[in-house]
Amino acid sequence: MQNKVITTTNLTKQFGDFTAVDHISFEVNKGEIFGFLGANGAGKTTAIKMLCGLSNPTSGEATIAGCDIYKETEKIKQRIGYMSQKFSLYEDLTVIENIRFFAGIYGLTDQEIKEKGNALIENLGMQDSMHKMVGSLPLGWKQKMAFSVAVLHEPQIVFLDEPTGGVDPVTRRQFWDLIYNASDRGITVFVTTHYMDEAEYCNRVSMMVDGRIAALDTPDQLKSYYNATSMDEVFFELARGAKRGE
Amino acid sequence: MTYDVTLQNITKTYEKGAIKAVKNVSLQIEKGELFGLIGPDGAGKTSIFRILTTLLLPDEGMANVNGLDVVSDYKEIRKRVGYMPGKFSLYQDLSVEENLKFFATLFDTTIEENYDIIKDIYVQIEPFKTRAAGQLSGGMKQKLALCCAMIHRPSVLFLDEPTTGVDSVSRKEFWNMLKKLKAQGITILVSTPYMDEATLCERIALIQEGEIMSVDTPQNIIDQYPMPLYKVKSDKMSLLLKDLRTLSYVTSAMSFGEFHHITFNSKTDESAQLLEDLKHHEKLECLPTRATVEDCFIHLMQNNVHAE
Repeated sequence: MQNKVITTTNLTKQFGDFTAVDHISFEVNKGEIFGFLGANGAGKTTAIKMLCGLSNPTSGEATIAGCDIYKETEKIKQRIGYMSQKFSLYEDLTVIENIRFFAGIYGLTDQEIKEKGNALIENLGMQDSMHKMVGSLPLGWKQKMAFSVAVLHEPQIVFLDEPTGGVDPVTRRQFWDLIYNASDRGITVFVTTHYMDEAEYCNRVSMMVDGRIAALDTPDQLKSYYNATSMDEVFFELARGAKRGE
Repeated sequence: MTYDVTLQNITKTYEKGAIKAVKNVSLQIEKGELFGLIGPDGAGKTSIFRILTTLLLPDEGMANVNGLDVVSDYKEIRKRVGYMPGKFSLYQDLSVEENLKFFATLFDTTIEENYDIIKDIYVQIEPFKTRAAGQLSGGMKQKLALCCAMIHRPSVLFLDEPTTGVDSVSRKEFWNMLKKLKAQGITILVSTPYMDEATLCERIALIQEGEIMSVDTPQNIIDQYPMPLYKVKSDKMSLLLKDLRTLSYVTSAMSFGEFHHITFNSKTDESAQLLEDLKHHEKLECLPTRATVEDCFIHLMQNNVHAE
């Protein structure tokens, strides 16, 4: 049981008479790279908000990093990391100021902030840029930095919402090296992406269609089940049947 | 050959020259062509679009659209081009139909007059024509934005990252729409960070850090990949990548979906040696493969190649 860092049972979110997330049940293992895919409007964002403790479910149950999704939302937030393509870092703070700020929020001591911050800057080779405004950095650097900041407090789970959108192909791969490293350290990685080659890098992938999980398995199993040569074909096969207005 | 869009040594900088967004770029796009500008965020795609749509002045160089100069003939160009910016820019609190009517009126025309050109796309969102644009789903917003960009029957259409953040099913649909528009003779310049979409264009320019690395048909770009390429897989892909990078005869190893793509230092096929050296991996395969546009992009990027 301890190896499950996410467990959901019939997790549901309704907005009025619209069921955005419809009885989803799944488990994610410690250290796993879990791809959370689906068409626009399938309910991914709503589901992630619940899993991060930002939105109360209408019904169903879930345990995130050992915490109850209704009663322990503040504890959940301490035990997870989060980054998205849109907002992750303060553009008008420098690299080092961002690191200090987020590490401080997550309760790291001054000593830890110093050590971990220096290690982060060194790992990313950003020594020359540490006093630059984040807004002036290339997107690829920002995203690698945002990820490193999101795992600075060694969370049990890190949620990544389209982390590589618009990033150049070389940096996109370096980003995945960071993901693999985090996973090797035992951090569970929960990731959404529109790049279907990245779905192949996940240990397991779930596909959301119209608020439900339509499929969940390893990329190899999914391809074999849907008789497809790529995850792109699997996605197309599943998402094509969607009824919502996308 | 008639060119509908030309850029000649265009340079654009920001913050008093500190940021060089576009560096000496020259391009010619033929009339009726579906041309793709392929590159990541920050490559300079949007600056090029804004220069061509007369919204930004270049620092240096000349550019023409429909034979008109982007600086001196800006008013005439604005009447003739359609522009769909990367950021959703319609009025969120106006309905679908009101937005369309608004743009038609701006260009001194009506929906009825040009209905034929948007019909195929508009019928898909027409059932929601009274809904506020802000309430539409991503795919529908994209369709409405395309209709609004075309309602005045432009001769050149500029689409800046129309498929960014859109799921792969909606992306496929969008490209089918573009093919139909192209069939009507409209010149289309489209940008995208998704390398897999490059093959859907007739010609493409690969752009990185403000410089064009290559301009050609996708097929020619792929054919010009300079060395044999191999795909490798095993049951432990993350470890395999690390192991591949330790082999002295492997030049590059990159993840590509379910395989890693590798090249060897020499043109000789070292795959037998590789299978021997990595035999501790289970289900190990190493087979020749064809390059994709993304392989070409990475190769050009890492070798710092610039087109003429």
